Amino acid sequence: METSVLTQPVCKFAPWDNPAQKPLVRFENVTKKFGDFTAIENLTLNIYEREFFALLGPSGCGKTTMMRMLAGFEYPTTGNIALANTNLQKAPPHKRPVNMMFQSYALFPHMSVEQNIAFGLKQEKTSKAEIKQRVEEMLSLVQLEPFAKRKPHQLSGGQKQRVALARSLAKKPKLLLLDEPLGALDKKLREQTQFELMNIQEQLGLTFVIVTHDQEEAMTVASRIAVMDHGKIVQVATPAEIYEYPNSRYSADFIGDVNIIEGKIDVTTGETASLNWAEGETPLKVSTKQRPNHGTTCWLAVRPEKLRISKEKPENADNCIKGEVWDIGYTGNISTYHVKASNGSILKAQVSNREHLADRPITWEDTVYIHWEKGAGVFLEN
Amino acid sequence: MTVADITSPTDETSKASGTKADWGRTLLIAIPYIWLLIFFLAPFVIVFKISLSDVVIARPPYFPTFDLSEGWQGFLAMLQAFDLENYVWLTEDTLYLNSYLSSLKIASISTLLTLCIGYPIAYSMAKAPQEWRATLLMLVILPFWTSFLIRVYAWIGILKKEGFLNYFLLWTGIIDEPLTILNTDTAIYIGIVYSYLPFMVLPLYAVLEKLDTSLLEAATDLGCSPLKSFWVITLPLSLPGIWAGCFLVFIPALGEFVIPDILGGSSTIMIGKTLWVEFFSNRDWPVASAVAILLLFLLILPIVLFQKQQEKQMEVSR
Amino acid sequence: MTRFNWFNTTTLTLGFAFLYLPIILLMIYSFNESRLVTVWAGFSTRWYQSVFFNESFMNAAWVTLRVGFLSASIATVFGTMAALVLNRAGPFTGKTLFTGMIYAPMVMPEVITGLSLLLLFVSLDFTRGFWTVTLAHITFSMCYAAVVVSARLATFEKDLEEAALDLGCTRFSAFMQVTLPIIFPAILAAWLLAFTLSLDDLVIASFASGPGATTLPMKIYSQVRIGVSPEINALSSILIAVVAIGVVTASLVTKQAQLKRMKEERLATNAS
Repeated sequence: METSVLTQPVCKFAPWDNPAQKPLVRFENVTKKFGDFTAIENLTLNIYEREFFALLGPSGCGKTTMMRMLAGFEYPTTGNIALANTNLQKAPPHKRPVNMMFQSYALFPHMSVEQNIAFGLKQEKTSKAEIKQRVEEMLSLVQLEPFAKRKPHQLSGGQKQRVALARSLAKKPKLLLLDEPLGALDKKLREQTQFELMNIQEQLGLTFVIVTHDQEEAMTVASRIAVMDHGKIVQVATPAEIYEYPNSRYSADFIGDVNIIEGKIDVTTGETASLNWAEGETPLKVSTKQRPNHGTTCWLAVRPEKLRISKEKPENADNCIKGEVWDIGYTGNISTYHVKASNGSILKAQVSNREHLADRPITWEDTVYIHWEKGAGVFLEN
Repeated sequence: MTVADITSPTDETSKASGTKADWGRTLLIAIPYIWLLIFFLAPFVIVFKISLSDVVIARPPYFPTFDLSEGWQGFLAMLQAFDLENYVWLTEDTLYLNSYLSSLKIASISTLLTLCIGYPIAYSMAKAPQEWRATLLMLVILPFWTSFLIRVYAWIGILKKEGFLNYFLLWTGIIDEPLTILNTDTAIYIGIVYSYLPFMVLPLYAVLEKLDTSLLEAATDLGCSPLKSFWVITLPLSLPGIWAGCFLVFIPALGEFVIPDILGGSSTIMIGKTLWVEFFSNRDWPVASAVAILLLFLLILPIVLFQKQQEKQMEVSR
Repeated sequence: MTRFNWFNTTTLTLGFAFLYLPIILLMIYSFNESRLVTVWAGFSTRWYQSVFFNESFMNAAWVTLRVGFLSASIATVFGTMAALVLNRAGPFTGKTLFTGMIYAPMVMPEVITGLSLLLLFVSLDFTRGFWTVTLAHITFSMCYAAVVVSARLATFEKDLEEAALDLGCTRFSAFMQVTLPIIFPAILAAWLLAFTLSLDDLVIASFASGPGATTLPMKIYSQVRIGVSPEINALSSILIAVVAIGVVTASLVTKQAQLKRMKEERLATNAS
């Protein structure tokens, strides 16, 4: 399969920043309980038209329940879900302009690829000619024309995935739900398919909601990500925002690798807070617009690739921690140095391997200095 | 597992999608339910009722009968006419007690015999080459599809005095005179083992086939002899299969009629046969009903034990 | 690759000899010329001829087939409904009783089931005969059918039904278009099981039947009580052969389909 050329629009797509924009999907104070277990707790969320929205979280965080409520397989215990300004109330799945692509693909084993794709249209009593035309469109969209007559078991995993996608798109749903759509594919194919999904979404101008536990996948495909934990949304933002400015330790830790240093506020001057993190060490500086009081416990999160490591003490660094190289993780393109600080905590610093292995000056048990700018870290209150 | 799996969403969906789906669901439940209530549960109530009645020479041969036209008064009158006479009778006549005891004895012994014969077969099947297993399994199941009566009947020609078995034994010189096997308890044991062997082999095979061979390799690696590792690994791990197989043989053997009737002698009494005779020959319906009720009580314990064991298995496998 | 060792070979040979020798002897001696069943007097098919010209056998066979066909068909429908109730209908009042009534007939001694059904028919003043046997057979074989279908439904991917709902089906049409075609082999197996159960049943039929509706097992039983007869051997051989051929064919066809499917699956994964 040829990789298609990415054509990102130049203008910024951010309907969520525009207060006049009406959301396509609106969760309003939705709570879902299964017996005593609360799967979703008082959740409010807007999803806009043409968004590729990702629900991200570990298994059991409630992301699948959210999706099943959109599809109509579950109903909120309290609260409302509205789609295009109509309250979905207790509309059954077959009365919703929403389609779903299942994690297992759920292809009907007794029907051919064609019949699978036509299935949804047949339920609407669409004319034969129209069904035929639509099926052909879908087959060409997912490049499966030669396989039209095959049964699902005669297809490879990647082909099945594309049939499932074509089937769920055939009815032109207002909203397409994708439940771990790439979970069953191997890593290479998954990466390739991610881009295909994005292209199709853009080409058709549809709204996609994807459920995934894979943070890389969410980062790649999504316009916005909702990070979920225990039935609550921790943060909703664009991938870059979540990565650069996580609002909590949970989302900092869930997306990407991070060093989290706990400390107590020493002083806040201007937009800089300094943090006492270990006895006898210089306080760490971090930019923040908040004005936390002296003595409050808070955290500093900083990504490993933003840390620099050197054998000599740097001059004029905002923050500098002296430590000993404890371990080196070599993954080819980068090396991760695990450095033990004076209080025993381990900091991870990543360095691109621009030189050959033998030339690198830092090795085990070396005394090193880790340093970074105050703007590189993120100040977290929870 | 995701939270969505915790409760079934289908019941909610059907509740929600309006009255039409509601009706469909109600009908789906009601039809088999009502059928079973009328043709399975109601008959037991009637059996119980008749077991408390008196025998009369008429058709139906019991009293009191319940006449709907007499209404509530008639119902009360019927209740007053009930007594435990038939049950008292069962305790007084040793025939019934002996039937129960001998049924228990025959069922237990033949269950043990079936286990002793079925275990090696199931074990060998599980150890057979992969490509053979499906065929072997089919060969075990196949007799189950053919007529029970015919399979039991086939043994008459073998076991009788001038039958194949005696012919064979005389020919080999093991015995000098033909043995009397037909119409003895031995014939019943053979019949039960033969008929119910698949019931023993199947659950045992299911357990033994799933047994991880690396466990045995680990045991051997840690110094067990093959016999010892069978004793400490295979046997304990196949216990669920042993239990299931034993119950599946014991329960039907207890109420068996065809085998004791065809292969057993007049001296062998089993409760199923006693019931049949009471009903068809003596035409004493109330006593036959009382025998049935007591047989049911006899069966409750093994059935409940079996149920418990199955549930435990389900939990373990979950 | 595991191989047969001497222990396994011996056990399996002896075990299967025990299972099959009686039936094989019976079939061989059904071709015996002599009326004395255990003395071989040359090959003959005269007993088969006399079975076919025996009107009472043929009548009984006709009754049995009609009962079997009718009861198996109705039992399969009811059994499938019951299986759906067990697996799909969710909780409802009295579900425990329902489940109990599905499993109970399978552990119930036949004498008790037979007796209780007879007493019901007498109480309701039904004339015993063809219809009462059919009713009785529906009742106990629907439970077996329910268990067979239920086992299939338990492993049925719920996703498939949900996908159909999502694509615009009502629950009923999702069942008809998706679930039913996929579980159809299990329903067929349930029908076959119900049919053979009805064909084999002696005890319940003896209780539930009346004059004019003698089934084949009842006929065979009345002859067997007198002793071994070559005619019964011939009749039994026919019955066994029919069932065995049916079952073996069915399993071979399933096996072939499975092999074909596996081959196609392998091709599909290799191609990508």
